[in-house]
Amino acid sequence: MSSPSAAPLDLLYSEAEEELRTAVRSLLAVRCDAAGILARIEGGRPHDPELWRILAADIGAAGLLVPEKLGGQGASHREAAVVLEELGRAAAPVPYLTSAVLATEILLGCDSTRAADLLREPAAGRQICVPALPLTLAPGAPLPAPVHDSGDGRLSGTVTSVADAVAADVLLVLADTGLHAVPAANARITPLVALDLTRPLATVILDGAAATRLADPATARAAIAGALLSGAGLLASEQLGIAEWCLTETVAHLRTRHQFNRPLGSFQALKHRLARLWLDVASARAAARAAADALATGAADAPLTVAVAQAYCSGVAVRAAEECVQLHGGIGMTWEHPAHLYLKRAKADSLALGTAGHHRGLVADFAELPAP
Amino acid sequence: MTAAPVTAAQLLVRVRELLAAHPPATTGREEFLRARFDAGLAWVHYPGGLGGLGAPRSLQAVVDTELEAAGAPDNDPRRIGIGLGMAAPTILAYGTEEQKRRFLRPLWIGEEVWCQLFSEPGAGSDLAALGTRAVRDGDDWVVDGQKVWTSSAHTARWAILIARTDPALPKHQGITYFLCDMRAPGVEVRPLRQITGEAEFNEVFLTGVRIPDAHRLGAVGQGWAVARTTLMNERVSIGGMRIPREGGMIAPVAAAWRERPELRTHALHQRMLELWVEAEVARLTGERLRQQLVAGQPGPEGSGMKLSFARLNQEISGLEVELLGEEGLLYEDWTLRRPEIVDFTGRDAGYRYLRAKGNSIEGGTSEILLNIVAERVLGLPAEPRDDKDLAWKDLAR
Repeated sequence: MSSPSAAPLDLLYSEAEEELRTAVRSLLAVRCDAAGILARIEGGRPHDPELWRILAADIGAAGLLVPEKLGGQGASHREAAVVLEELGRAAAPVPYLTSAVLATEILLGCDSTRAADLLREPAAGRQICVPALPLTLAPGAPLPAPVHDSGDGRLSGTVTSVADAVAADVLLVLADTGLHAVPAANARITPLVALDLTRPLATVILDGAAATRLADPATARAAIAGALLSGAGLLASEQLGIAEWCLTETVAHLRTRHQFNRPLGSFQALKHRLARLWLDVASARAAARAAADALATGAADAPLTVAVAQAYCSGVAVRAAEECVQLHGGIGMTWEHPAHLYLKRAKADSLALGTAGHHRGLVADFAELPAP
Repeated sequence: MTAAPVTAAQLLVRVRELLAAHPPATTGREEFLRARFDAGLAWVHYPGGLGGLGAPRSLQAVVDTELEAAGAPDNDPRRIGIGLGMAAPTILAYGTEEQKRRFLRPLWIGEEVWCQLFSEPGAGSDLAALGTRAVRDGDDWVVDGQKVWTSSAHTARWAILIARTDPALPKHQGITYFLCDMRAPGVEVRPLRQITGEAEFNEVFLTGVRIPDAHRLGAVGQGWAVARTTLMNERVSIGGMRIPREGGMIAPVAAAWRERPELRTHALHQRMLELWVEAEVARLTGERLRQQLVAGQPGPEGSGMKLSFARLNQEISGLEVELLGEEGLLYEDWTLRRPEIVDFTGRDAGYRYLRAKGNSIEGGTSEILLNIVAERVLGLPAEPRDDKDLAWKDLAR
């Protein structure tokens, strides 16, 4: 290996990060309970604009990655990761990953005045800005074919599986002439029926949509690549939050639920499954923290650390959610119990920003362990 | 120690004084180690006069780093691991002043190697079921029984020993803890050959062995509480090592993959990458645990690290044998040997594969550790048990 040992990563949580966690968790406890999420989903409007306003603007979470001079908080990926842990723990239907992470990183990567100006609104939580890219797009994978720019700043084309587009004010679109900002009102956004009820998907159709160009094609592609890396690294923290909720709920259930005149949690077969899951969650925390810290410090081996975190945390979140359903028995199969929200989110997350298999392929490249 | 806490700067001053008075280049190994112990720089968190200064445990790294850089000899923790990791903290917690002064210094220096006489043929995971008897006779105890899986018994000068002193009590209550002289008449050590072909372990037969009451550790009948101190320290010492990226068992597999493209297949590639990722995550988890300890916020992850490493070592070493193809059919050497140190990773792939099978058994089986995690970390209820109030002599065996 070219870099056998990386600089030491800070894998703990700082006091400021714990304070941020407390603020986000308290908000979600009040404004984002499972019954409320289900009610909004059934009403066809999964996003809660008021929750987003408080989280993004009042708490300032939307601008964590944005420098203060551009109207943000000037924090880092470490803080954004803590927010995502809590959002995962609550299966919260808010466009944080798309607007506050992916779109924000793309705009920061454009390094242009126009992009910086555009960033002020989402950074302050006043607008939702969403990249018009398929949620499955992975770092290191070829970008999808760009939409066509007819030359007069009008874009035409279709992008599939765009997460949170239904809530967007602005879309970031990769066209053959570079990156463009398109007001959502100028696009046709067709909601899809998605596996994950808490992160809605849509098809974005542009039919001569008026757009503002932000960057040339090369800059746009580099900015998107950087954003996908950050997004994948921080998604690991959301997956950690999902897994933690599933483990905690399942342990609580097995401690109190009695069958055969014993608490279920006293059966060794079940204890061992939960102990193994706990171990996996503890390991996922180390992997997710490593990715967040490597991104925050711009470590040279950040792409490897991110790939390791994604290759590991995707599977842990899915397994935790699957164990949660199974160990809740029939209760876990019901619509009323929130386990299914987490299972759907975990499974969709395992496809988002690259599968574990894709990220293992990246590990093979970075660690110089080539395929046959 | 109630004095003001020792700082890193003060430790560095002491280290430099030690190095000035005993330059490593011209000082004999044991002489240097004795001087280091007497300067309180052996284990800085131990009390003054016992090799320490009552400093925070986390500052040990300051001392070790500085001494290593100066080329000072270390006390070879591989050879004296049982003494350092198990006997010493137990003697410190339960020993009389006389016992601490007698045993800790030669233990740390390595003049006296220790072994652990806990497990028995009939008491492995159910350790408290042990049947070795100790009967009071004047100022002595007379011990009879058989112990097994005893690493280092053939080199050890002393042993920590638990024996039954009252069979009429329930199994956890009638146990007493002793420090046993391995040279006492009646102690017989026989090599126990393992699946690797080596005799790293031993059987130890105790026949009419006399142990003075002054070598009892803790009160009569309180041996189980004392043993728990030993066992908790054992698990901490197994989990706490720092390793570089791609260190440990994955290293030879990755090296073979890079250097020998003819061995590569797609199926092996996927498995190797999964294990490479898991090894890296285990490394990060261990690093996070270490950072928590240094920050004074120990997490429960320590109880899980041994589980991770046991499973990983077994899976990785199994993959390595397969990867090597025809070469994986071979084994380096089946000659009976009696190594002085426990070597998990040395020799060839076949040895690693076989030796790693012990990782989920030694120091507590993975099944027992999973119970501990489930009950102590997750707070799940204990399984119902029917041996708690029965006298040991009435238990089924």
